[in-house]
Amino acid sequence: MSIGIVQFGGSNCDLDVLHVLKDVLGVDAELVWYKEESLERFEGIVIPGGFSYGDYLRAGAIAARTPIMASVKKLAEEGKPVIGICNGFQVLTESGLLEGALTTNEYPKFRCEPTYLRVETTDTPFTSKFKKETLSAFL
Amino acid sequence: MQYQADVTIELKTGMLDPEGTTIKRALEHLGYETDSVRTAKKYTIDLQAENIHGARETVEEMCQKLIANPIIHNYAISLRELQ
Repeated sequence: MSIGIVQFGGSNCDLDVLHVLKDVLGVDAELVWYKEESLERFEGIVIPGGFSYGDYLRAGAIAARTPIMASVKKLAEEGKPVIGICNGFQVLTESGLLEGALTTNEYPKFRCEPTYLRVETTDTPFTSKFKKETLSAFL
Repeated sequence: MQYQADVTIELKTGMLDPEGTTIKRALEHLGYETDSVRTAKKYTIDLQAENIHGARETVEEMCQKLIANPIIHNYAISLRELQ
């Protein structure tokens, strides 16, 4: 089983995802440059964080309209898991795979501080290894 | 023939425009009262087309497919022929 990590120009959390998948979870994973034609060989896809296309036009808008997204959609239609993290989430929303649209916060203050996260459900492929209700500090 | 399109993209009415609100407040600090300030973006596209209708059709498609996000944006297109 192998997970594909799609890289766009400006993606910067791709290596982080690769490390977590391979070294922490022991899952086979591969970086995929967005110009590749097919994602058929993967069992799941991660669209990592960063600033694809410099957030030009709208964050994730240009990446969402690259040819590789057709392959991502095909995989999703086949029922394979696709996750978008941060800018990846923006890409998935702009691509229509996630509903709705993202826009500016009411208070656009940049906050960088430790916070607590609680695992609400372990019923997803991405959280199934957690114990439910785990409370962790993320820095 | 060459045409120039000015495309204006704005948020739909009622949507939060924090940048506009911030500018409004900044104007107040300078002594200018306003009822509202809303932001918009303008894109200028020079393109070749058979005629002005073709040019408009093409730019409409560009707006629908990329330049605007139809969920949150309204857009307006103004076209002229370039000599």
